[in-house]
Amino acid sequence: MKGIKDRVAIVGMGCTQFGELWDKNHRDLVVDACYEAFEDAGIEPKDIQMAWYGSRETGFTGTQLASALKLEYIPVSRVENFCAGGTDTFRNACYAVASGVCDIALAVGVEKCKDHSGGFNLDILEPFDRSMVEWDLPPSSQFAQLATRYMYHYGWKYEELKRIFAMIDVKNHHNGTMSPNAQFRREITVEQAMNAPIISYPLGLLDACGVSDGSAAAIVTTPEIAKSMRKDYILVKAMALTNGAGQAILQPEYDFIHFPEAVAAAQSAYKEAGITNPRQEIDLAEVHDCFAITELITYEDLGFSPRGKGPEDVEAGSFTLTGNLPVNSDGGLKCFGHPLSASGLRMIYEIYHQLQGKAGPRQVKKADIGLTHNIGGICGFFNCTVAVFGKP
Amino acid sequence: MVGITSYGAYVPLYRLSREAIAKGARGERAICSFDEDSITMAVAAASDCLNGIDRETVDGLYLATTTSPYKEKLGATTVAMGVDLRQDIITADFAHSLRAGTAALRSAIDAVKAGSAKRVMVAAADCRLGTPGSALEQNFGDGAGALLIGDSDVAVAVEASYSVYSEILDVWRADDDTFVRSWEDRFAATRGYLEVVREAVSGLMQKFGFSPSDFAKVVFYAPDARRGVDLARSLGFDAKTQLQAPLFDVLGNTGAAFPLMLLIAALEEAKAGDRILLASYGNGSDAFVLQVTEQIEKIRDRRGMKGHLASKKVVDDYKQYLIWRGLLPIELRKETVSFLSAPAAWRERDANIRLQGVKCQACGTVQYPPQRVCTKCHAKDQFEPYRLSDKKANIFTFAMDYITFPLLDQPIVTTTIDFEGGGRMQCYMTDREPEQVRCGLPVEMSFRKLPMKDGIHNYFWKSIPVRT
Repeated sequence: MKGIKDRVAIVGMGCTQFGELWDKNHRDLVVDACYEAFEDAGIEPKDIQMAWYGSRETGFTGTQLASALKLEYIPVSRVENFCAGGTDTFRNACYAVASGVCDIALAVGVEKCKDHSGGFNLDILEPFDRSMVEWDLPPSSQFAQLATRYMYHYGWKYEELKRIFAMIDVKNHHNGTMSPNAQFRREITVEQAMNAPIISYPLGLLDACGVSDGSAAAIVTTPEIAKSMRKDYILVKAMALTNGAGQAILQPEYDFIHFPEAVAAAQSAYKEAGITNPRQEIDLAEVHDCFAITELITYEDLGFSPRGKGPEDVEAGSFTLTGNLPVNSDGGLKCFGHPLSASGLRMIYEIYHQLQGKAGPRQVKKADIGLTHNIGGICGFFNCTVAVFGKP
Repeated sequence: MVGITSYGAYVPLYRLSREAIAKGARGERAICSFDEDSITMAVAAASDCLNGIDRETVDGLYLATTTSPYKEKLGATTVAMGVDLRQDIITADFAHSLRAGTAALRSAIDAVKAGSAKRVMVAAADCRLGTPGSALEQNFGDGAGALLIGDSDVAVAVEASYSVYSEILDVWRADDDTFVRSWEDRFAATRGYLEVVREAVSGLMQKFGFSPSDFAKVVFYAPDARRGVDLARSLGFDAKTQLQAPLFDVLGNTGAAFPLMLLIAALEEAKAGDRILLASYGNGSDAFVLQVTEQIEKIRDRRGMKGHLASKKVVDDYKQYLIWRGLLPIELRKETVSFLSAPAAWRERDANIRLQGVKCQACGTVQYPPQRVCTKCHAKDQFEPYRLSDKKANIFTFAMDYITFPLLDQPIVTTTIDFEGGGRMQCYMTDREPEQVRCGLPVEMSFRKLPMKDGIHNYFWKSIPVRT
């Protein structure tokens, strides 16, 4: 098994403003993201040989992308993998290049969440069929269940764990002030985060990311072709995807203090990339901070912090922009909002620029190896992507 | 000997203080929560009644109610499946009359007597609506009672029965009415209730040779607290010592379920040898002579009327009641594209209505909802059905949503629960105080109604704190 390491390069990326983009539809966003990527790569739309279109809420089939860009009779597949859809879209394009069936592929993720009341429809058919007996609530209650158990399992007092959540919220908001494309660009305080109204106990409003519209795109090719296009292309080191099979609700052994899907994806990605000590070897990470508890548990799932010790690293400032492993240097989902299938590609966009040294005021000092992580779904049925990127 | 072999009751946790309806009004009435109706209450009462009884032995289920959630579709089947009864049994709805409960009772007795069934469950439930603020609204209560009729292990023998009918418009609800209507009280009482029940009871005593002193207790349906006493006196009973208290202060008039629930309250105090007279009312009257046997002591471990009445939470906010009954519109979240599929609901009926999980025959792992491939050992199609509705459980973790349905029952509590004996489930929690919800809290399962979709009442199970 060869794996994906060093076989695919990113040569161009684009990312729109994320936010309440009332005046743009998904085709507008796709055009904006893709044309930035074309310009960045120095290619024309006609140079694209195959494309993947990641979206959950904007309509069916690859023609959504083909018609927006006027891609003439090339294969376009639509990918849907909930919150991990963006990275999975990218993954498909990478595999096409690595397999040799095409030289230049495009991966685009887009959502118009703000066209839906509540961000997206909650039509999740797991674990039941269409008898619609699942609880019909926003995702906060799924993640809040992990927060409740995390608190119980480690004996945290409510106020103390809320303060850890708040420190994560504050860190991401600070980073977001330096991201021109972010939905929210303002500092918040620990007190504000701790005192924000509860949306789903124990999570408060500021422990949650926003809902937004947005699009991001990547152009991938072989390292050989990439070399002829630019010096600062970025290499794909690993791509992992896992899907839960219901274990969390079918087996009482599941503890609700970790995401087994994320642990498996991280192990797979580290093996592919040849990483043995993630805390030391990874320079920065973009993780799926849909809720503060998700980011906290993810530190532990990815091996950045020992199990149960994520809060100590938070208090030590390890994951701030000046810490030894900056996480969500662009402000994360917290500041960009979460247009489901666009988020993964937005994260790759940040890692791409950080590794190129083009991240401006939020540039991380040492940025040789970067990681992205997405997780979405419901307990037992999460899907998770972990990707690793490096410099040539 | 044919008679009652078991009883069970259900009174919702919530009581509305009558003061909240009208200043100066006394006592409280039972009210369904937002996720309860006559079907769910009937399931709860029937479950109480089936405590310790092999459900495979039940040959029929009759549902009696004037408040079926459907005008066309059987309710008895939902109740039968909710309490996990066999498929090859007789099911029927008795409807349209406050006498439906005793009509079902008499039919069940006749079915067992005739030998066409050995055991028939009668479940009666009602949640009638009076016009907001009206005397009827103060008078009514919500609840359910269930009696198992059989010919062995009889705890209460049926010695005689007698019925009369009466064509009268005293209390009624037309096809398109939301609220119960009634004619002037004087007319309804004199030419309706008092005259008709008196006729049935005296007819019964005359025909079978009983006199008032033969009875330890008389159980009368009564439209209000005073009329029952008037009736008892006019028939020669001592209202103080013989008449079963009508529970208006703590329950209210529970319609078709009322005579059964009052009988169950009487049985909870009865001893072997006691003779009890039961009479209902509603376009006529069904009257019964019953006698308690030694067997009564063997079916005491039910929550029944006493247990359910003692376990309560009083609602002082009339607005809350109106919202729960759908009488005060509240803004709900905009409908998403999700729809409920009748074929899917049908395919999943055992999982959703029976709350049936599976147990892997290869490794013993209990799984819910049912699977084709075992989550643990990956054996394919080697499962046996496993009932979870009657199992106790503990909360493993939970969340409390404060942004959805703000006026309905905030916070909306979701739980992940682990059943004693195996199996895990994620479900809503209801009838809870937010402060009491914690990891490790013991819970039990309660059959409830999810929000209506596409004209379909969607029933499913929720966790509730163990009701004590």
